[in-house]
Amino acid sequence: MTDLALRELTVRYGNRDAVHPLSLTVPSGGWLCLIGPNGAGKSSVMRATCGLAPHGGVIAIAGEETAAMTARERARRVAYVPQAPVLPADMTVFDYVLLGRSPFISYFGSVSAQDRVIANDILQRLDLAAFSDRMLSTLSGGESQRLVLARSIAQGAPVLLLDEPTSALDIGHQQQALELVDRMRHECGLTVVSAMHDLTLAGLYADRLALLHEGHLVAEGTPAQVLRPEILSEFYGVSVRVHYDDDGTVVVVPNRRTR
Amino acid sequence: MTTGRRGWVWLLGAAMVLAAAVVIGVMIGPAGGVSSANWNIIWNVRMPRVALAAIVGAMLSLAGASYQGVFRNPLVDPYLLGAAGGAGLGATFVIAYGRTVTSDWLVDPLPLAAFAGALVAVSITYMVGAAFGAVRSSTTLVLAGVAVASLTTAVQAFVLQRSSDGVVRAVYNWLLGSLVNASWSDVRLVLPYVIVSSAVLLAHRRHLDVLRVGDDEAATLGINVSRVRIIVVVAATVGTAAVVSVSGLITFVGIVVPHVVRMLAGGSYRRVLPISLAVGAAFLILADVPGRMLQNPAETPIGVVTAFCGAPFFIVLLRSRRSTV
Repeated sequence: MTDLALRELTVRYGNRDAVHPLSLTVPSGGWLCLIGPNGAGKSSVMRATCGLAPHGGVIAIAGEETAAMTARERARRVAYVPQAPVLPADMTVFDYVLLGRSPFISYFGSVSAQDRVIANDILQRLDLAAFSDRMLSTLSGGESQRLVLARSIAQGAPVLLLDEPTSALDIGHQQQALELVDRMRHECGLTVVSAMHDLTLAGLYADRLALLHEGHLVAEGTPAQVLRPEILSEFYGVSVRVHYDDDGTVVVVPNRRTR
Repeated sequence: MTTGRRGWVWLLGAAMVLAAAVVIGVMIGPAGGVSSANWNIIWNVRMPRVALAAIVGAMLSLAGASYQGVFRNPLVDPYLLGAAGGAGLGATFVIAYGRTVTSDWLVDPLPLAAFAGALVAVSITYMVGAAFGAVRSSTTLVLAGVAVASLTTAVQAFVLQRSSDGVVRAVYNWLLGSLVNASWSDVRLVLPYVIVSSAVLLAHRRHLDVLRVGDDEAATLGINVSRVRIIVVVAATVGTAAVVSVSGLITFVGIVVPHVVRMLAGGSYRRVLPISLAVGAAFLILADVPGRMLQNPAETPIGVVTAFCGAPFFIVLLRSRRSTV
């Protein structure tokens, strides 16, 4: 069981509260998507979970508190894909995926043969094997996104955090990336937390949604429970129509104000 | 697999270049080629000079590459945090005020003052930077370094302005860097610092590779970023201060050598650090040869040669490999 539990989590930057006490649990193998307007605290929740932001309250992975872990111990349990990952232009695809093995290499150690096997295997599974010797500067947006995902999978962490994984991609590559995350979730038994702006996509892939507003958790539940016109208009200040398809898909469409 | 093997090829090539440079450095000099007649000159004048050039070049290149890695900026050199300014100020004080007092001392205080000046300046930079949040961001640290460097330069200018022409000339010569008075005792003096510093830096080459994706991502990959940064900065600074104390400020090596290595052998620090060490040593040995031959019996400062030879070479490389920078 590698569930993620946030209890009374708070995040403060200086004297500004970015996240007010909130509690959320994601079951093992689940996918929770954080939604909410810009500045609602989605990124702060994820940065606290992977140790980048100091936090109050408790973050526990499979019952173990992250606050007591070293950076290496935490990195073996949580992989984080930021909104705009840094891709060094003159690094090879293979070397980049190998970075994911860092938490398993001792301080003065070096990359082992096993690390190379794992990296090769992941490149194969993510259809990136042909790119192995390519420089990162030569990759397209979709390929880069897949590569960043490959590095986070190489990390072998049971919890995967994705901060707006599809915001820079076209609709085809958005679908491709999210399908891949979903496939990896099932193949590797990952617990996924993502932040997304596209509410329809969020509802399509996540089991549960958590709506944040000004650092407060204001709604949580299945996509059909959270993606309701009255809730969205209250917290996003938008007027939307929501279609509930028979297969469970929820489609959110903004209403045009002038016609 | 291929990347690993290619790394060894480059390292082997660099070692061969270094060996060739040593031979050339020992063979060529105002006293002519190696023979039993001038063995005394070869052993006591030329060989320590070659050894010191190798040590200084290796250390400056390795420290430069490490600084570039830890600050994720290819234009950084090991003097970034004030090492040059501090060493220069220390040397200036000794030359301007201490020469008459210390002329009968057993130990020349000039290298000690330069060494101490460099360490003090970088420590001040680090403390100022840490006080204003450099733990999270290296930009604050770099800005603190700029401030400390300007301060040392200002004090130095003030001292020089009140000094005689002879002092100004001596300080100026020291600033340009020189290996003229190299002796085996200089080699023995700096070698321990350089060995320890190099060992620490080389041991962190994998960490520098992880840091290439930025502080935040490196932290989520299990790297203690601020600890690695301070270890690397301290090691690189101690090594730099040690070699500066005996050679003066030889510029350009710390930037151009890692760059050339990166363009040829790729950006991975697992390769850049050891190859820079060998290539830097070879480069400075070779740069010192015209230094002692061109204006014989006068010396051309080695800093002038490194810049004069290195800059055009660097420009040609930049032109041919534009895409990788």
